[in-house]
Amino acid sequence: MSAIGKSVARAEGEERVTGKGTFVADIKLPSMLYASVIRSPIAHGDIIEVDDSRASKIKGYKGIFTYRDILGENVIPVVFRDQPCFAEKRVNYYGEPIGVVVADSKSAADMALSRVNIDYRELEPLLDPLKARGNERIKIYGEDNIFKHLKVRNGDIEKAFAECEVVIEDIYTTPYQEHAYIETQGMVANPLPDGTMEIYGSMQCPFYVREAVAAVLDLPFSKVRVVQTSTGGAFGGKEDVPSLVACQAAIPAYHLKRPVKLIYSRDEDIISMSKRHPGWIRYKSGADSNGVLKAVEVEYIIDGGAYSTLSPVVLWRGTVHAVGPYRCENVKVDTYAVATNKVPCGAFRGFGSPQVLFAAESQMDRLAEKLNIDPAEFRLKNILRTNDTTPFGQKLSWSVGAEEALMRVLEKSDWKKRKDKNEYAPDGKKIGYGLSSVFYGVGLGAGGKHLARTGARVMVEGDGSVSFSVGTTEMGQGMRTVLAQIVAEELGLPYENIRMIPTDTSRVPDSGPTVASRATTMSGRALIDACGKPRNSILTEAARMLGVEKHQVILKDGMAFSRVDKDKQISVMEVINSCFAKRMPLSGEGWYVSPETSWDERRGFGDAYVTYAWSSNVAVIAVDMDTGEIEVLKIYSSHDVGKAINPSLVEGQIEGGVIQGLGYALTENIITDKKGRLMNTEFATYIIPTAADVPSVKPIIVEHPYPEGPYGARGFGEQPLMGVAPAVANAVRDAVGVRISNLPITPEKVWKALRKYED
Amino acid sequence: MKIKFILNGKKTVVDVPGGMRLIDLLREKLNLTGTREGCGKGECGACTVLLDGKPVNSCLILAAQVDGRDILTIEGLQKGDSLDPVQRAYIDTAAVQCGFCTSGFILATKSLLNENPDPLDEEIKRGIAGNLCRCTGYAKIFDAVKTAAEYIKEEN
Ligand code: FES
Ligand code: FES
Repeated sequence: MSAIGKSVARAEGEERVTGKGTFVADIKLPSMLYASVIRSPIAHGDIIEVDDSRASKIKGYKGIFTYRDILGENVIPVVFRDQPCFAEKRVNYYGEPIGVVVADSKSAADMALSRVNIDYRELEPLLDPLKARGNERIKIYGEDNIFKHLKVRNGDIEKAFAECEVVIEDIYTTPYQEHAYIETQGMVANPLPDGTMEIYGSMQCPFYVREAVAAVLDLPFSKVRVVQTSTGGAFGGKEDVPSLVACQAAIPAYHLKRPVKLIYSRDEDIISMSKRHPGWIRYKSGADSNGVLKAVEVEYIIDGGAYSTLSPVVLWRGTVHAVGPYRCENVKVDTYAVATNKVPCGAFRGFGSPQVLFAAESQMDRLAEKLNIDPAEFRLKNILRTNDTTPFGQKLSWSVGAEEALMRVLEKSDWKKRKDKNEYAPDGKKIGYGLSSVFYGVGLGAGGKHLARTGARVMVEGDGSVSFSVGTTEMGQGMRTVLAQIVAEELGLPYENIRMIPTDTSRVPDSGPTVASRATTMSGRALIDACGKPRNSILTEAARMLGVEKHQVILKDGMAFSRVDKDKQISVMEVINSCFAKRMPLSGEGWYVSPETSWDERRGFGDAYVTYAWSSNVAVIAVDMDTGEIEVLKIYSSHDVGKAINPSLVEGQIEGGVIQGLGYALTENIITDKKGRLMNTEFATYIIPTAADVPSVKPIIVEHPYPEGPYGARGFGEQPLMGVAPAVANAVRDAVGVRISNLPITPEKVWKALRKYED
Repeated sequence: MKIKFILNGKKTVVDVPGGMRLIDLLREKLNLTGTREGCGKGECGACTVLLDGKPVNSCLILAAQVDGRDILTIEGLQKGDSLDPVQRAYIDTAAVQCGFCTSGFILATKSLLNENPDPLDEEIKRGIAGNLCRCTGYAKIFDAVKTAAEYIKEEN
């Protein structure tokens, strides 16, 4: 193979290192106006009046736009339709959008915003999901404030626990996590004279944005065109919420008939955009004397915030992943997404699974310890292998690389050799090793199967250059590069000839969202389909020119040659020229629908995802016994990716994901005050890892081909984040004997636990 | 007020309002949008430019403060068609993911290597600790800095 498996340079590399202006903030259109968003100053209450009379005195002021200016439905459609675009009377979270003010400069818009007066009546907010669930007095959603309840039932849980040799039960909690993409949210809405609304912006899911803008403006989809600009990181944080931003720009643009730009400030972004759900997990699990994981019982609650947005599907993924990558025949899982008066939580790398896997993997270590066997051995005994059945009843008939991923990480980290648990670093800190194994269902699965389709278009030009379009997006993960490699491979052309056109809803049919690590597999397959027609022309013409049969032609590295007589060859360029002259078709459209999945909600059973990625992690840490401070020295992280189409991009996903996971493990958390206001909304107080804090990360690539994937590849980009926190928690226990079950693992928690442990 | 300064090697004279930030002068008035804004508070380094060769956050200083001084932005690194060795190193080591932080990192690297052509690992870490990247986990950025140091040595 020529282009596959090679670490070619990123498609947009040069654009980025030279600072080209392709991000939304760089857009300037003639007569463009600027918007600022009016936000709720309270977490729960009723708006009595919004008054802009003092704002209207500002020079360049163009007006205020609220729910009254919505032409269609006041909704941001996600799963349910409970979230308004602009609050009408009731506000349900601090920072909820009420309207926008528009002016001819951003500073005038901000000045106007500071002069808008909001009259309101404050109500008591519900901030704790445990109290919100079934609350009799305060109702945010339905009768019981539960957006969704899901379950898994398998085997006989009571009987199984009775037969266990060891049983552990504990409560685990996990905090908010903010995406902290370095580019904040932003959109430009550009109304065209023919009534089309064009939207340019930073996003993962252009088709979601299109649906939302069409809903609020009451336009048909065909009159909304959404174009993705270069996107400066997303991680799930630009899945559903860009729809809000787009509508906030589109509504005034529609009325004023001028382009409107809206770029969020950092604190506005942190206050009002989605985050990882805080989690509360009661986890009980048991094993028999042979070290077999016998029974798992889980109650898992996620704090959804004020509107349901993606919570039902986030919850579903958490439900499916609750037991971890193991066999277990007796399972009872109950999960709840609960409404509170806080910012709606949504998608974030891992999507509801990191919380519950933190609990699951902490439990695995605790069971092993109680059984007095090595945690690696305990995992190996129970880990899923090909032809096993998952705890939710799915038979895994292919490519389960979990065991190899685990073995490889143990090998690389010298896990076995590490007999002496009393290891100290030269500076006197206590060394600890921690292990975790996780898995990730690739693609939308049964929870989103109506969206599990993608389109693509490929166009080979007469000069041999190729452009292609897909409906999924590039946000830094490297999709554009990997897909260009796939097109190069299919057409036998050099990678440099291939270019992706920025994702645009007017070029390909609705291809679903760019989430769930699905872009490479889904758009990759659609592109292979799209390349079929031009490839067929090239093969037919090459066969004629070489004087061989079509099936004997091989395309590779820009050359077409005969399989039987390697001396017969001709450049693909020449072949294309000839195809072009003969008016043979050189463009194609492709479509791919994911294989069937299923889920029976009553039992919590089914073929949840088409395939799974598998991972194990070893964290090596050093703990300062006096201060409780943790220094992470190394993280080994193995991933079964099916096939690494571009190994260096795969490494980049592992390194970056692991460090986000490390932030989740050690420092990241959003604090809300008693009134539901977010307290740490800037990088000085919301602490993400810097270059000075990071350990060395050792990526390990495992390749068990996924037969349905392009060249055997499967998605995995989310998984690197997921196993880090439990590995670090297990390492802390290994180093100093304390078990921290509440993330983040701060020095204070470790120090306090150490004092208690010593007493 | 009128200010005169050297911008990417060229004498530049512009009229700026008193309170204007340097980043706005660059991005809004001069259309040099390669300087990115990630926080506006001096906390992320995306807006890094070199002021008399030293990295500064252009969101924190006023345009008026650069009067009579020398500013280098990402747009000033390339010589004609050829990329600066630091730019090449960032491409070759796959140190760019979303690339929103990249302009700032490249300028921080440029200044670090000007001062210290052979930095130790710890010095690299400290040298770029003022710039945040959420995508890469920094591993490949460290590689880029080391590779850039080599490229520069090869050129000299
Ligand atoms: S934008 Fe200047 S430091 Fe973040
Ligand atoms: S590459 Fe995305 S923030 Fe650095």
